[in-house]
Amino acid sequence: MLLINCPWCGPRDETEFHYGSEAHIGYPEKPEELTDKQWAEYIFYRNNPKGWFAERWVHNVGCRRWFNIWRNTVNHEFGPSYKPFTKQPSRPK
Amino acid sequence: MSTVQFTFDGVTYHGNKGEPLSAALLRNGIKVVTESSYRYRPRGVIGLGYEEPCALVQIDSGSGEPMVPATRIELVDGLVVRSLAGVGDLPNQIDKARYDKTFKHVDVLVIGAGLSGLKAAQKAANSGKSVIILDDQFQPGGYVSDLNEKIDSKLINSLKKNNVTHLQRTTAIGLYDQNYVVAIERRTDHLSSEILPEMSRMRTWHIRAKEIILATGAFQRVLVFPNNDRPGIMLSHAAATYLHKYRVGTFKTGVVVTVDDFGYQDAIRIHKSGVKVQAIVDIRKKVTGKLLDQVRKLGIEVILGATIVDSTADQSGSLNSVLVAETNLNGQITGTRREIKTDLLAVSGGWTPTVHLATYLNLKPIWDKKVAAFVMPKLPKNIKATGFANGEFDKVTNPPALFFGIIPEGEDAKVSFIDLQRDANVRDLRRAVGAGLTSVEHIKRYTTIGTAHDQGKTSGTTTMGLLGQLIKKEPHEVGTLTFRPPYIGVPFSALAGRDLGILSDPIRTTPIHSSHLLAKAPMEDVGQWKRPWYFPIEKENMHDSVLRECKAAREDVAVMDASTLGKIDIQGPDAGIFLDRIYTNMFSSLKVGSSRYGLMCGVDGMVFDDGVTTRIAEDRFLMTTTTGGAAKVLDWLEEWLQTEWPELNVYCTSVTEHWSTVAIVGPKSRNLLAKLAPNLDVSNEAFPFMENRYAEVAGIPARIARISFSGELAYEINIEAWYGLHIWQEVMKKGREFNIAAYGTETMHVLRAEKGFVIVGQETDGTQTPQDLGMDWIVSKKKDFIGKRSFSRTDTAREGRHQLVGLLPLDNKTLLPEGSYIVNEGDSKNEGKLSHIGYVTSSYSSSALSRTFALAMIADGRNRIGKFVEVPIGNSVARVKIVDSVFFDKENTRRDG
Ligand SMILES: [Zn+2]
Repeated sequence: MLLINCPWCGPRDETEFHYGSEAHIGYPEKPEELTDKQWAEYIFYRNNPKGWFAERWVHNVGCRRWFNIWRNTVNHEFGPSYKPFTKQPSRPK
Repeated sequence: MSTVQFTFDGVTYHGNKGEPLSAALLRNGIKVVTESSYRYRPRGVIGLGYEEPCALVQIDSGSGEPMVPATRIELVDGLVVRSLAGVGDLPNQIDKARYDKTFKHVDVLVIGAGLSGLKAAQKAANSGKSVIILDDQFQPGGYVSDLNEKIDSKLINSLKKNNVTHLQRTTAIGLYDQNYVVAIERRTDHLSSEILPEMSRMRTWHIRAKEIILATGAFQRVLVFPNNDRPGIMLSHAAATYLHKYRVGTFKTGVVVTVDDFGYQDAIRIHKSGVKVQAIVDIRKKVTGKLLDQVRKLGIEVILGATIVDSTADQSGSLNSVLVAETNLNGQITGTRREIKTDLLAVSGGWTPTVHLATYLNLKPIWDKKVAAFVMPKLPKNIKATGFANGEFDKVTNPPALFFGIIPEGEDAKVSFIDLQRDANVRDLRRAVGAGLTSVEHIKRYTTIGTAHDQGKTSGTTTMGLLGQLIKKEPHEVGTLTFRPPYIGVPFSALAGRDLGILSDPIRTTPIHSSHLLAKAPMEDVGQWKRPWYFPIEKENMHDSVLRECKAAREDVAVMDASTLGKIDIQGPDAGIFLDRIYTNMFSSLKVGSSRYGLMCGVDGMVFDDGVTTRIAEDRFLMTTTTGGAAKVLDWLEEWLQTEWPELNVYCTSVTEHWSTVAIVGPKSRNLLAKLAPNLDVSNEAFPFMENRYAEVAGIPARIARISFSGELAYEINIEAWYGLHIWQEVMKKGREFNIAAYGTETMHVLRAEKGFVIVGQETDGTQTPQDLGMDWIVSKKKDFIGKRSFSRTDTAREGRHQLVGLLPLDNKTLLPEGSYIVNEGDSKNEGKLSHIGYVTSSYSSSALSRTFALAMIADGRNRIGKFVEVPIGNSVARVKIVDSVFFDKENTRRDG
């Protein structure tokens, strides 16, 4: 079980959170102007890198707020977490 | 030390309180503890701790527990155990003991309270750090305590500090990412053989540590030779400890077979206990040093360059003699056999550091030739290992031999055991190699070596060594076995703690629940909610009850507790715009006081939830969701508000529990409402469909919504939750003159299905668009909303998708099982070549239709209306006609009463 740092509440147990997949995938401005392929990429395609990955989590049974956080997919080490619409901290080393 | 009584296989024995059961068994002369699992060979105690592969017992006293090594049971008065051959019985009563859990954060966690662990804990404690030290044995001291040497009391006392938690009888069963350790503390089994009501039997510790020190010690290995499993053949450290520390007596003479210097130390201990050690048989050709002189001085013969090549048994199956022969390091016997009579063979097959916890992090142990063992993998920076666990075997003057035993062929191979619990032997290993397997992971699955309760603690390295010998590779080249948590067997009750029975999951009931119980309505679980399923009168069965309830709703009036529907209060100046984006249809245009049915989809265009939403005020909506979908929908709304549309000024609050909802349904519901709310104009003109009115109902301020999920004239009375029961009772009382009937979820399902209304989660499974459900009418062409773009994707826009249709079995009594698959006409006979064109989603008997009917999703369904298909039911086939999904009152003539 992981310990996850909610940027509003601080470190809390993984069971309090829900995972929200890759961060910084915005809802397209004009969906109707996208090709099927572009739209499918928005809905279905996500990166799955080995190593550091910026992802979304929601503190579901805590403050109920969404945030972004860097996580290393190899060893589950967490980097900095940050609130939506704030500057993304640089990728941890 | 006090004497206690215990029962083994129905016979009463005596032993010393607090010693391992295995010691007491040995002292009582019980060398044969059990039979082996597959070959029914007599087996005895081999080891001293959780490595024990053979001496398993079932505990029948107290909570009862299957498959516990006798070596790990601390003797208490009244203990009742019986032997078992590898397979335990689950105790058949409910365990009355309590279990709990605790969660800790510490600076340093030390696992193992042997000398190395104690020293590491002392150092951390002195620096002021918070420390937990845990150890799975009865007392601290580990190896040193086994030697019956005193641990410096200063060392123990240095841990009696506020910043140190010292736990014995506590086993770390798992090590996970971020230095997260789960440990099981056994708190009462050593105090009493009975359940102690005032104390939890076990406690699960969830520990997060900044630093972990693995001081987990090491296990001795068995050696392989024919008949190496006889009772009386034990690991030498265990044998010496039983004889020297626990004074079990039992054995008359002993032989030690060894690959290292530990065999000599153990021989000295055995000798000191009063058992004559006749010989030390050492595979090494050359040995020097003090230990050698010491044992020779004691008159123990040392036979070098030799090993044990066979054994014989007495009548009970216990060891009678061993056969010694000159043998080389490849296991080839080069000399003649010499028999030595003995009832104890102490085996020192080398030590393997206990690396299990580290390997749970997916780290591979490293082969170290110097200590002839797999040692700790390269550890992450905040985990360290110390002592035996780290391969620090001190007092060694002569290096150990890399030797795991002899590898006989033929009949001898069958009785040369590698994994004693699994009865896996050299023949099995040879077969696996003969079948072309070379990876130890494959060998494990082929031979079952290492798959028993002990996960091969004493046999893992031996397997790799022998395999290496067979395929001419070094042990590390054949790979290592994967250990998995839990490190020992753990009762599920310990993991569950108090989250059992009524506490395992919340039960949600409506304020009207007590009335439903009085009415003896069977309950249906809908998520965490308990909902009345149907309301039987006297001895009615479900079928008859539902037909009667449906009839009441279609002909008179019926009432349902709809309080479980999810309710979300949505407020803010942008609430209307927000709902326009969430729902497929428009909500910003909804008039205050009106309600509208809405459908929401995921970005993939698939139906996600539905419900009626009411505009309470210009800037306030009350959304209802499906009973099961409420939490999911609130999450969904908040996700979009927070992550995509922070500029919208909208707030969402769950108010499901704030309101009770009583639905009155049927042609006489208007008359009933008029009685309940005398000040309300209930006429169709004054109170039209899909509108809301505020009025006093039975003296309580209520919001009444004219909405219908049955096609009938219907009202939903919404009151503050605590008036729910009162309103329900008043409705029942005033409804008597209209022949009112209460109905449950089943009738609700039938009524809506007759009208072709879908239930999200019943007709849908996340792969249906509104169009698939025939609900194009609810999809706005004017605005963008979540999922809209997906409707023009090639796959969602294509012809031939599964579409909602109705089904009428030709035999009007045949009830198609929900979930049945549907095939083309005549296809049921084509064995193995079925056209699978769809499936039944809902199926009921209808009072209004006087027959059975069903809803289904069928490929290109709407174009098939009027055609016949088949539904296989068991060995028979139902012939079925595809019809429109609306069965009853297609023209909606009943809605206004
Ligand atoms: Zn939070």
